[in-house]
Amino acid sequence: MTYKTLDIQKIRSDFPILQREVNGQPLVYFDNAATSQTPQQVINVIVDYYSQYNANIHRGVHSLSQEATDAYEQARQKVQQHFNAAKAHEIILTSGTTHSINIIASGYASLLKAGDELLVSAMEHHSNIVPWQMLCEKTGAILKVIPMTQQGTLEMNTYDTLLNEKTKLVFVNHVSNALGTVNPIEEIITKAHAVGAKVLIDGAQAAPHIKADVQALDIDYYVTSAHKLCGPTGVGMLYGKEDLLNSLPPYQGGGEMIAEVTFKKTTYADLPHKFEAGTPNIAGGIAFGAALDYMNAIGFDAIAAYEQELLDYGTAQLKAVDGVAIYGEAKEKTAVISFNVKGIHPYDIGSILDKMGIAVRTGHHCAQPIMDYYQIPGTVRASFSFYNTKEEINLMIAALKRAMAMLQ
Amino acid sequence: MTIQETQREIIEEFSLFEDWMQRYEYMIELGKSLPLIPEEFKTDDNIIKGCQSKVWVHAALDQDKLQFSADSDAIITKGIIAILIRAFSNQHPKDILDANTDFIDEIGLKEHLSPTRANGLVSMIKQIKLYAIAFQTQLN
Repeated sequence: MTYKTLDIQKIRSDFPILQREVNGQPLVYFDNAATSQTPQQVINVIVDYYSQYNANIHRGVHSLSQEATDAYEQARQKVQQHFNAAKAHEIILTSGTTHSINIIASGYASLLKAGDELLVSAMEHHSNIVPWQMLCEKTGAILKVIPMTQQGTLEMNTYDTLLNEKTKLVFVNHVSNALGTVNPIEEIITKAHAVGAKVLIDGAQAAPHIKADVQALDIDYYVTSAHKLCGPTGVGMLYGKEDLLNSLPPYQGGGEMIAEVTFKKTTYADLPHKFEAGTPNIAGGIAFGAALDYMNAIGFDAIAAYEQELLDYGTAQLKAVDGVAIYGEAKEKTAVISFNVKGIHPYDIGSILDKMGIAVRTGHHCAQPIMDYYQIPGTVRASFSFYNTKEEINLMIAALKRAMAMLQ
Repeated sequence: MTIQETQREIIEEFSLFEDWMQRYEYMIELGKSLPLIPEEFKTDDNIIKGCQSKVWVHAALDQDKLQFSADSDAIITKGIIAILIRAFSNQHPKDILDANTDFIDEIGLKEHLSPTRANGLVSMIKQIKLYAIAFQTQLN
């Protein structure tokens, strides 16, 4: 399964769902930023697990348990290699990005004091805002916001002035889910480290497009979800530097995360198990590894180059439609186009596109502060993946024109 | 006309349409043509915030019948509001409480009344029923 160049028809044939119809029309799936589709190779891994070696991990002496444990730990290593973490136990397998962020936010409750400062960007998903607001309520720490520009980029000058010795944590998405902006995380990290602050990078939107090297970028915490990169839902990862993860208390108590339990005192297990209480999503974890294999076989450079082509084509086609306004025009963008049509509510466009088999997201994309910034109720968001085509973009444009004719 | 009679009439009207486009075009027409709520009632008190679209709904008792007015920032949502108001407005609170909204399924607009759609319509129907309960109590 090696692709020398992107053979899109071959790739498309890997995804059974792309063959189906919606409302009597061939499906055009442009909601990849919400969740990506799953190739047969990954589906097979899930089926194989439940048909061949379903067993609880890390505790059985029997063969099935050993096979399942090996496969699960092998998946952890695949995640480690993919993100170039120094050690496999720096990878915590979680239920997804939200869970990963909550592990860190909850852990910092015991490390912060009133008056400490946390920096969040103005273009975060609610899941990278709310856990920190809860943390601030608990600790008396102060949440400050790195503002954004009309173009959909962060005001880096203001970031410089917000950073000071009271700043303990900075959390920014690598890529904005609503705008597609790629944030300058290298600069953000270097500057935060200069004042002694740690940085959490939300990679939920970046991971399907950009391979982040956590060591090269000196990332403290990196989080993402498998279902954004052709894997199953309900599984994700948290990378943390070993010493940082060791300094945080466990998130949940339970089985698997202990070294020794008596009614007087329990000592916790070492990484990564300290943060993996309970039976995890075993099939999901193994399939996460398979999804990374699938995408790496295609190659992230090839994926990025092809998606850039789709983005440029889609942007040009949409701009040529009278009345369309695009939100988020950063130079560095992933294949996400958020737009509105003058005088038409995004819900109306989305409803009619759906009737024509075209799946886009409408609404505030769980990033209300961005919508407030632009003073709009929401946007229509078309997000492309490497299995999409220019022909599909043409179908969307034609459908959009029909919708506009009906609605205007 | 009773709520049931109005609903039957709406179902008959929609049965004349041949495809989804005609249904949607009709709803869009309804949404565009009706001033559904006086500006003075388009207040934050009367707003239902969906994730997708906003809905305003206001109720007043006229003799023993409930009058509804409502609006939305999305035109398709507004079209469905127009249909709901046609069915439920100018009716006794008790009749409103007894009525259901199955006719929306029958006219092929079911997806817009899904709770997960978050367009404010499900909350609007709940609100209509709450008004009916409140005014029913007042009438007793």
